[in-house]
Amino acid sequence: MNIQELRKLSLREQRTTFCPGCGFETFINCFLRAVDDLGRRMDDYTFTEGIGCSAWISNNYFKADNFHTAHGRAIPAAIGLKAANPQLDVITIGGDGDLASIGGNHLIHAVRKNTPIAVFCLNNFIYGMTGGQVGPTTPLESITSTTVGGNTEKPFDLVKLVLGVGGEHASRYPTAYPHLLVKGIKRALVADGFRFMEVVSQCPRQYGTRNQASAAASMLAQQKAVYLSREKARNIDRGEFGDRSVFGDFDNLKEYLDLLPTEE
Amino acid sequence: MPRRISINHDLCRGCNLCLEMCPKQVFQESSEIGAAGFRLKQVALPDECTACGLCELYCAGAISLEPLPPEEFADIMAQEERRTSTGQRRGGWKEVDSLLEPGRYFMAGNEAIVEAALAAGCEFFAGYPITPANEILEGMSRRMGETGGRFIQAEDEIASVYMILGASWAGLKAFTATSGPGFALMQEGLSLADMAEIPCVIVNVQRAGPSTGQATRPAAMDMREARYGSHGGVQRIVLYPDSVQEVFDMTIEAFNLAERFRTPVILLSDGYLSHLAEKVAVSGCVKVFDRIYVPGRPAFGPTSDSSVPSMPRFGDGENVVATGSTHDVSGKRSTTNPTVQENLVFYLNRKILEHREELVDCEELFLDDAETAVVAFGTVGRSAKWAVKEARKLGRRVGLLRPRIVYPFPSQRIKELCRTVNQFVVPEMSQGQMVHVVSEKVARDVVSLPQPNGQIIDPRRILKYLVEGVW
Repeated sequence: MNIQELRKLSLREQRTTFCPGCGFETFINCFLRAVDDLGRRMDDYTFTEGIGCSAWISNNYFKADNFHTAHGRAIPAAIGLKAANPQLDVITIGGDGDLASIGGNHLIHAVRKNTPIAVFCLNNFIYGMTGGQVGPTTPLESITSTTVGGNTEKPFDLVKLVLGVGGEHASRYPTAYPHLLVKGIKRALVADGFRFMEVVSQCPRQYGTRNQASAAASMLAQQKAVYLSREKARNIDRGEFGDRSVFGDFDNLKEYLDLLPTEE
Repeated sequence: MPRRISINHDLCRGCNLCLEMCPKQVFQESSEIGAAGFRLKQVALPDECTACGLCELYCAGAISLEPLPPEEFADIMAQEERRTSTGQRRGGWKEVDSLLEPGRYFMAGNEAIVEAALAAGCEFFAGYPITPANEILEGMSRRMGETGGRFIQAEDEIASVYMILGASWAGLKAFTATSGPGFALMQEGLSLADMAEIPCVIVNVQRAGPSTGQATRPAAMDMREARYGSHGGVQRIVLYPDSVQEVFDMTIEAFNLAERFRTPVILLSDGYLSHLAEKVAVSGCVKVFDRIYVPGRPAFGPTSDSSVPSMPRFGDGENVVATGSTHDVSGKRSTTNPTVQENLVFYLNRKILEHREELVDCEELFLDDAETAVVAFGTVGRSAKWAVKEARKLGRRVGLLRPRIVYPFPSQRIKELCRTVNQFVVPEMSQGQMVHVVSEKVARDVVSLPQPNGQIIDPRRILKYLVEGVW
């Protein structure tokens, strides 16, 4: 089946409410492709969500059991579901504000509990639904509706955060590489224990327009410049690394940090 | 070889990612402007296409690349629509054997909650340490291990409440136990339980506040919070027993009410009742109610007759959408329609209040000819009972009304008392909370007897008031 057919089969509505160029459409498509490639169906999975644009993905559109909780609370709800019925394949979809700010404590404790759920954090670096406020992953100096002079707070590196508290399956994929994102999602869906994936996603409307990148394609080009594969990260001159980051699957902190330049 | 690519212009959002991301530049913009105000896209070079699929992975569903033959896809869709629930009709009243050997036990209040929860069929507990509720957490940890249930010590009370809500959707009876500060943290989740009609039990072992207050000391300072603490403020069921026997019996009742009405039920206790040990009679047979599920029925209200809707569990194949947002009977969000919003919140109250007569459960003493009625709840009711009996011996025409079910408040019953009663007296382990509820209901003199000092109220103090009018 092509993506349009998978969407007809697995989504409750064909037209979403996401802004034109939103990376969440890419995540939806890649997720559908991953599930289909695994020979499974959408309703083989059970979803929990919090609040925000990202939460609308499974709550509004995925044809499956889903529990749309309050802001930040999707992970404890998922843990409750999974503990109560280990047969359920439980997935949490949330955003950076949802999972790393208001739900940040739940995220790090879920790593410690190692409950076998898959958490997809759609990181668009901003609070999209509420109008573009600064979030826990907003880059330094970025303009948001609450940092009109530029963000001065150091953003979280979510993969480092999860690995840092003992995570054994953390991954990061940008929407600029959809085929790799599909592969990453498949690995996250079939792995054991607690899985965390940061999906780096463009928000042309709230983030892009305030930060000189209102076209989705230019935001994707930026992603390609910033996020290096492991291979490229290993080979790039340390002095050239700058603000770049790395994407892929990681199972321990040391492996991840070794790919990044040593902090001064 | 030209690829079969088409664009559904109704779904095109004009993001231009197909134009910009295609490595072979297969797509072009036409000069025609579509209804949404942007230039329509067209497939210009189908021969160049390598079917890499990037365009459709970026697109909001408008691009169709190499579709299946229409008949084949129609078959797949038809199969999908034929799939029905795998669940069986279930739920209702049943009698089960007690886990404990029938007989008499000597138990503390917190211990009674643990044993009664198991008797009621609870199979899931999540909680966080807090005095004076710790023995419930510890007891559930031990007993869930012995009985095959699930126990989680959560990272905080917020997580505790969401874990039990998740477990409830998985089909298990679930509860948590806490005290003042933790109960405050749970209010957000309780509001979700109200809105998404999720059965669960929350035990609040009240302690003296505000804030950390006196963590080991009893109080009844969360009486109004239990009813009105959450945003949205729909009807709650709140119970407050006065003895360990009642703690045991009403814990079972709390689960039954939660399952029947698909609502959070608050069981109040306090720092005194939690550690008070006394005898408890356990019968061999327990009457329990399990939530009703009828395959294919809508999972949410409003129902036309305010009855409680069918509750599937996740995994039944119903594709449940449970949300705290305003929703229709299928769970689909409807967040701007005033009628849907109003009908839903009226219904959430009505599904409980239409049973309010059956939810009146009061201990009454000497009310036939009482001129003064003491209205007391839980532990204070115990002190008040002794005081009322002693005052009667001294010839005072006093009586006692002790609602075991605090909310829905027994308004009708208290109004009936006005035939003989000209003064209501409300002693409380707080600065006076329920006194305002009583005042709302009756056009009589209502006296507050507040004692917010973290001590149980000495029965002799209540007696002194009843005899001498001194507090």
